[in-house]
Amino acid sequence: MAIHKNDQFEQRLGVSRRDFLKFCTGMAATIGLSTTDALAMAEAVEGAAKRPVVIWLHGQECTGPTESLLRGEHPTLERLILEMISLDYHQTLDAGAGHDVEHAKDASMAANKGKYLLVIEGSIPTKDGGIYCKIAGKTMLQHTQEAAEHAAAIVAFGSCASWGGVQSTGINPTEAQGAQAVLPGKTVLNLPGCPPNPYNFLATVLHFVTFGKLPELDEQNRPKFAYGRLIHENCERRPHFDAGRFAEEFGDEGHAKGWCLYKLGCKGPETYANCPAVEFNDIGGGTWPVGVGHPCFGCAEEGVGFTKPLFSLADVKTHTPPNEFPLIDQRENATGASTGAAALAGAVGGAVVGAGAMAAKKIGDAENNSSDNQG
Amino acid sequence: MKRRDFLKAAAGGAAVLCTGGAAQARENLQPAPQAVGMLFDSTLCVGCKACVSKCKEVNGMPPVIRDGQVQFDSASDLSGDTLNVIKIYKDGTAKVKDSEVDGFAFEKRSCMHCVNPGCVSVCPVTAMRRDPATGIVTYHADACIGCRNCTVGCPYNVPQFEYDNPFGQIQKCQMCNQAGVERIDNGQMTGCAEVCPTGATLFGTREALMEEAKRRLALKPGEIYNYPRGDLGKPYNSHEKAAPEYKQHVWGEKEAGGTNVLHISSIPFDKLGMPPLGERSAASIAEGVQHTLYSYLALPAVALAGLTYVVRRNTDDDGGES
Amino acid sequence: MSGYKPLGGRIVTLPFIALGVLALIGFYYLGVRFTDGMAAVTNLNGGHAWGIWVVYDVVIGTAFACGGYALAITIYVLNKGKYHPLIRPAVLASLLGYALGGFGAIFDMGRWWQFYNILLPWNWNFNSVMLEVGLCVATYILVLVIEFSPAFLERIGAKGLLKTLNKLLFIFIALGVLLPTMHQSSLGSLLIAMGYKVDPLWQSLQLQPLLAILTAVTMGFSIVVFEGSFSAIGFRRPTETPLLSGLGKAIVGLIIVYLVVRFAELLFRGKCGLIFAGDFSSLMFILETLLFVVPVVILASEEKRRNGRLLLLAAISMLLAGAFYRFNAFLFTLDPGPGYSYFPSVPEIMVTVGIVAFEIMVFIVLVKTLPVLHTEEHA
Repeated sequence: MAIHKNDQFEQRLGVSRRDFLKFCTGMAATIGLSTTDALAMAEAVEGAAKRPVVIWLHGQECTGPTESLLRGEHPTLERLILEMISLDYHQTLDAGAGHDVEHAKDASMAANKGKYLLVIEGSIPTKDGGIYCKIAGKTMLQHTQEAAEHAAAIVAFGSCASWGGVQSTGINPTEAQGAQAVLPGKTVLNLPGCPPNPYNFLATVLHFVTFGKLPELDEQNRPKFAYGRLIHENCERRPHFDAGRFAEEFGDEGHAKGWCLYKLGCKGPETYANCPAVEFNDIGGGTWPVGVGHPCFGCAEEGVGFTKPLFSLADVKTHTPPNEFPLIDQRENATGASTGAAALAGAVGGAVVGAGAMAAKKIGDAENNSSDNQG
Repeated sequence: MKRRDFLKAAAGGAAVLCTGGAAQARENLQPAPQAVGMLFDSTLCVGCKACVSKCKEVNGMPPVIRDGQVQFDSASDLSGDTLNVIKIYKDGTAKVKDSEVDGFAFEKRSCMHCVNPGCVSVCPVTAMRRDPATGIVTYHADACIGCRNCTVGCPYNVPQFEYDNPFGQIQKCQMCNQAGVERIDNGQMTGCAEVCPTGATLFGTREALMEEAKRRLALKPGEIYNYPRGDLGKPYNSHEKAAPEYKQHVWGEKEAGGTNVLHISSIPFDKLGMPPLGERSAASIAEGVQHTLYSYLALPAVALAGLTYVVRRNTDDDGGES
Repeated sequence: MSGYKPLGGRIVTLPFIALGVLALIGFYYLGVRFTDGMAAVTNLNGGHAWGIWVVYDVVIGTAFACGGYALAITIYVLNKGKYHPLIRPAVLASLLGYALGGFGAIFDMGRWWQFYNILLPWNWNFNSVMLEVGLCVATYILVLVIEFSPAFLERIGAKGLLKTLNKLLFIFIALGVLLPTMHQSSLGSLLIAMGYKVDPLWQSLQLQPLLAILTAVTMGFSIVVFEGSFSAIGFRRPTETPLLSGLGKAIVGLIIVYLVVRFAELLFRGKCGLIFAGDFSSLMFILETLLFVVPVVILASEEKRRNGRLLLLAAISMLLAGAFYRFNAFLFTLDPGPGYSYFPSVPEIMVTVGIVAFEIMVFIVLVKTLPVLHTEEHA
């Protein structure tokens, strides 16, 4: 990238170049990309003629995802985010309020038709026409559908937006649904979690900004870099699980020693997320639920978090070593015939039969001779 | 008695004893009075292999290493290095747990501790013994000659010889109660039952386990049941789970005279690798034949007396020379 | 006074050297078995704990060594003295067969250094068929040594001892009839406890001992015919066909009894359908049964029994049939469960080949140096 851009860029973002590159490298690592890609990201961000526009909607939720994002502590994150993208509408962070911001939103959406990134936070109630969540006189359902119409990409941030979250559990009084459910035919990238990890969001947005497309997704449209593996697979307590060392109750010896929390209802074995790898709040030291001694709650996994009882045992979905299972008919050392052995066995059999035939012939000859002599 | 008549009678007697005599064969043995055992519920097993790991730890056995993968124990079956192994049944897409079609299920392989142990019956030197009180089938290397008739005579191929050791021995699960371990005698449970996080391997008396198994089989699918973990006699904890659709079959209640280790599952047992066994143990049939022919060595003694008499007479005819 | 003479002649001949090479290879691998464990030499595994060392060297090898037993019944129980000339080579072959069967049992034993445990009464498990086999075979080897010792005593000229022995020999002869009856039937009984693992076509349960003893005696007669024919060729001696043809009659009778029992069992237990199932087991059963039927067809007529060539062919067929019966039941069709398979390794086969070669070598040496073969006048 050109040096002359540098001053201008630092001015715009208010961070040193060094801090900025560190940030990009960290983001690239989160997605599993190389340093080259990190530089590409840096270039994409600083070289952008205009910052990408983001429209951020809130449905039924607790603002957890936004709060989570605000706690990202990578180099002055909030400034970076606010400067890097053009956050044209966000109910929590907008300075303005009321009809003004609604107009601003409409104006931005019209001006950036087909180019803006839509982020949805919170679930969307659908019962009775969606009347249980209204903003500026319109239901969340309407807002979502309108905004999605001309969005370049749609990101559902948090479990509520991804699959309904806590509002959708049990009797689901408002018939709350995730964004994907109310936007048939649209691709919604899901970043579930309660709260979701901010770095998965940042990495996804940067990927979008850099490469102009969303990262690789799994069957549930979750980016594979973040949700490709079970928590159980990367869990630092996994060796205790494999060795059968379980905490039996909170505060017991095993719990104090950091043993596996499976018996306390840990849902890590059936929840896909990168929590053990990325952790939370940038303070290190194993700062994530299991790391601090609480069983995984399965917040990111539909049908697990808010659904299964807290302390019931998880289904274990691992199929990685050492949990490669021998099939029922798999045996130790049940080798078949080697070519040499088969040939040798054949040769021995042949020799026996051959010798028998030979002897029969010879004895016949001998008898004929003796009868000839007698005759 | 004419020689001819004697021979006829002897031949007839031998034929009768070789064949019809077996009708008096012994019945199956009964479970030991305080028989201890384990209940393996395949539907509870999550495949964590904690039991495999604990078993190796308690019994001091090395991991089985495959393809240079030294990090993990990758035993695929019982062997001289493995007394307990979790195997998997898979069908089609193998997506649904405990489903026979397109599903998968876990199965534990370890000694079943038969009520009529084949290995004990066939061992010539009494190196395999059934504990008269607990019913645990134990192995005694100091008596063993290594003929491996126990492996051959076991319906489950459990006793395994250490073929890779020039001075090897038979290895089999002894319910963690062999000399030097003696967990049961000390009031503990087996290692595998102790670590099992779901209670898939449950320790207890055969009687109590049989009741537990039948209780589970009577559950309606989906019904919430409080599954005990560890030792059924003193459950220190349990967990609630919806009951699966069990096959109405407790393996080990009757098979070949029954076993002290019982299995229940949602998959037919032949799919889980259980052998085709009737209610009579093959060992009891063999013993029947053997005891008919060799009861107090009476028949051989009579035969020897007759033979000596006949041979004596015939060698005299020939001049006493062979 | 006895009609037996050492054969004499050169011991080290070309075939002898060839056998020696095979024996050396076999003993080399046997050494490896003792230093590195059985896995280094055999393909034994969790489901197939008994390989060819047990099934060939012990089970079939001792059945091949039933010549002495079969002749003892004929000569001393049925009082057919005319077969006397055949007894010594038969007893020698039996001794060698059993000795090497016993040796095979030892080197197949995983804990061979504790073999004596089977001799200690406080270890005995009277439920065990294996115990009966082990003790009985061990005793019979001793009996065979005593039965064969006159040849040795004659050679060294120990006349006094020979006389005493001859007076007591009848006891050992009686034992020599009883013991093989016991353990050869028990070798069949070993299959009972194997239960479902033995293919239904061979799992006759209570009939196992009867079928085993019937085939063993028949194999005994066949091996006498076989050995007689072979020493006629190998040592260029006159054929003993006239004498051997009488044994042919016994072979036919025994095979017929065997076949009746065998098929009656299949019929009554409703297993006849399995014969035509077309799978490996049914194929092996048909092959085995054909080998049993061939001798009956050949030897049914008096005339054919007097034909040395046909007699030998019939004997070979019967020996193969008996071996097949045992191989099929113990090994070929044995099914310990899904996933298990066994085929002997090259070293494993070479050990067995080496042992057999060694057995033949010892037979040749003893026949040439000890009075074993009968002088020719008898024919």
